[in-house]
Amino acid sequence: MPAIVLLLAPIVAPLLAAGGYAAAGWRRSTAAAGVAAAVLLLVDAVALTGSVARHGPVRALAGLLRADALSVWMLLIVGTVALLACWASPAYLAAGAPHRRRRRWYGILLQLFVAAMATAVLAGNLGVLWIAVEATTIVTAFLVGHDRTRTALEAAWKYVVICSAAIALAFLGIVLLYYAARHAGMSGEAALDWSALTGHAHELDPGVTRIAVGLAVLGFGAKAGLVPLHAWLPDAHSQAPAPISALMSGVLLSVAFSAVLRFKVIADAALGPAYLRTLLLVLALATLAVAAVLLLGQRDYKRMLAYSSMEHMGLMAVGAAAGGQLAIAAVLLHIAGHGLAKTVAFLGSGHILHRHASSEIGAVRGLLSRAPLLAGLFGLALLALLGLPPASVFASELGIARAGFAAGLGWAVSTAFGLTLLAFVALSVHTGRMLLGPAPGPVAIGAGFSGPAAFTVSTAAPLIAGLLAVAALGITTGPLTGLLSAAASIIGAP
Amino acid sequence: MSDNVYGSGYVQAIDLAAGVFLLCAVGALWRRQLTAMIRLFAVQGLALAALVAVLGAHQRSPELIAVAVGLAALRAGVLPYLAWRSLGDSPAEQRETRPVVNIATSLLAAAGLGLLAYAVTRPLVELAPSAATRVLPVAVTVVLIGFFVLVTRRRALSQLVGLLLLDNGITATAFVATAGVPLVVELGVSFDLLLVVLVLQVLAARLRSTFGTTDLDELRELHD
Repeated sequence: MPAIVLLLAPIVAPLLAAGGYAAAGWRRSTAAAGVAAAVLLLVDAVALTGSVARHGPVRALAGLLRADALSVWMLLIVGTVALLACWASPAYLAAGAPHRRRRRWYGILLQLFVAAMATAVLAGNLGVLWIAVEATTIVTAFLVGHDRTRTALEAAWKYVVICSAAIALAFLGIVLLYYAARHAGMSGEAALDWSALTGHAHELDPGVTRIAVGLAVLGFGAKAGLVPLHAWLPDAHSQAPAPISALMSGVLLSVAFSAVLRFKVIADAALGPAYLRTLLLVLALATLAVAAVLLLGQRDYKRMLAYSSMEHMGLMAVGAAAGGQLAIAAVLLHIAGHGLAKTVAFLGSGHILHRHASSEIGAVRGLLSRAPLLAGLFGLALLALLGLPPASVFASELGIARAGFAAGLGWAVSTAFGLTLLAFVALSVHTGRMLLGPAPGPVAIGAGFSGPAAFTVSTAAPLIAGLLAVAALGITTGPLTGLLSAAASIIGAP
Repeated sequence: MSDNVYGSGYVQAIDLAAGVFLLCAVGALWRRQLTAMIRLFAVQGLALAALVAVLGAHQRSPELIAVAVGLAALRAGVLPYLAWRSLGDSPAEQRETRPVVNIATSLLAAAGLGLLAYAVTRPLVELAPSAATRVLPVAVTVVLIGFFVLVTRRRALSQLVGLLLLDNGITATAFVATAGVPLVVELGVSFDLLLVVLVLQVLAARLRSTFGTTDLDELRELHD
């Protein structure tokens, strides 16, 4: 197939689905359109895998779009999580019973969100990458505020203001990088092209590049949930509808993080590895510390999941700081494992929220004896996030630790895993309180809720599929092994 | 430097535009009245457009002059109008009542931020010293002042003005350093900014219609 089709299909398919929702609204029958778009995205990613493995990077539209192994790896994760989120959406919307107009907007914005993420991972030009990441903020703003409650609107406001400011800093970084590239004799088109920039990185002025990369990493890092601009994350992830939280936490964070990885290649070639290693380690350890401390006293289970995402992003940043092909392979595997497990956990939290009309941990007791299937799936997802085998998170955390020690970052890795242990304890205690213990009397259902919808096997199917995928990835990466190592060697030199 | 009369006129025009540009940011920090902050933002948009027009005239680039006209329409027209629409009707809503940092300290901080910007931008200016790149410290000062407004103001709409100042600073940086990033990207960025402001305006209207006027006052329902 021609490159332009392969590269445009993952962007156009969700756009078409969005158009479908705009025209026909959200019904039982049209709900399948989103699933179909996600399946198409996955099929396209598989086709791209073959093409990239045989002929190397695929380019289209004068290099504005470009796919290499890393893009394909990210596209596979975007497609998988989008599939699970679209599959679980009808059950979520049926239980919450918002009126028809809001459901239509939900359908449209969800598909635009997927299209923006696909554009971000397939961008070959830093300007396009920036526009796509900023577009994710714009389309998800109303999804975060979907419930129209005081807290949801406040979360949406904070989300837009903080993320736009952060991403504006990233744009300043891109502008300065362009300035440095122009003075290194690159043409206007090449100076924002990622592959051209990496090729000429050693010619860039180090003083300017240092400022540029620092700003870009801070800006995209904020969208990836790294300190200091992380304050939006727990609010937005806890207030958004569950399938949206799953997409935001499971893939949007790592899409932004893959942008950080792209800048790392330029920075390492222009400045040597020490500069970004120091910056990433500082951000990573601070993120882990904030997440661990706030997890300890957490009273809200959706916020708990959000802080757990920050903890995992911190670990990924430690892996990225270590650099090297093995470390990056572990980081990419961690992106996949965390994405899948966190998706299942957030989807489960949506059903728990509908049963209890409260996101307080204290309001949920003895869930295992009352709703064993839901509680079991939620518990398994949390165990996967905690890094218990066979979940792939176990393998990738081990890989990050080993690569960190091998890179001579023993003290930083020890600190990071000490903080992770703290988060581990906090998460287990909170989840144990929710799931275990005797069931209290009948639960008072809040006004406006239609009562708990039955959590049947068909409702549970997306959650089960997600858990099976994360376990399968932990046992073997199977046909993805070649893609993973090719993607890792783009960022980390062997 | 071999500046002829035309050249020194060019330098003066650039410096004048940059001076007005900076003064507007400091003024926005000084005024508490939200309408005044928005008016200053609009004047700053004009100064930015003038700066770009001067650069365009100097480089004899009709494209840059067209961009300057577009910038003036967006940043001195559309965006201030949208921000102004976000204001409620009640006078109580139109003042920044309790900034985290008081006005006098804010102005001192602005001076500090200016010094910081000069220190940080030294490698940027040294790469290609010219009349245009010497404006870089001013642009970066405006970026920092915008960020400062964003983090020290409690009112949702002052935060919006902070975000807009920040963005003006970044656009100025883009034009004085590189005569603008490629047009596709510049268009995308302007479109994005417009959408962000529209989204914030809708959110502000929703917050107000659902929870009454005072509820925009303090965003602190969510915290740990």
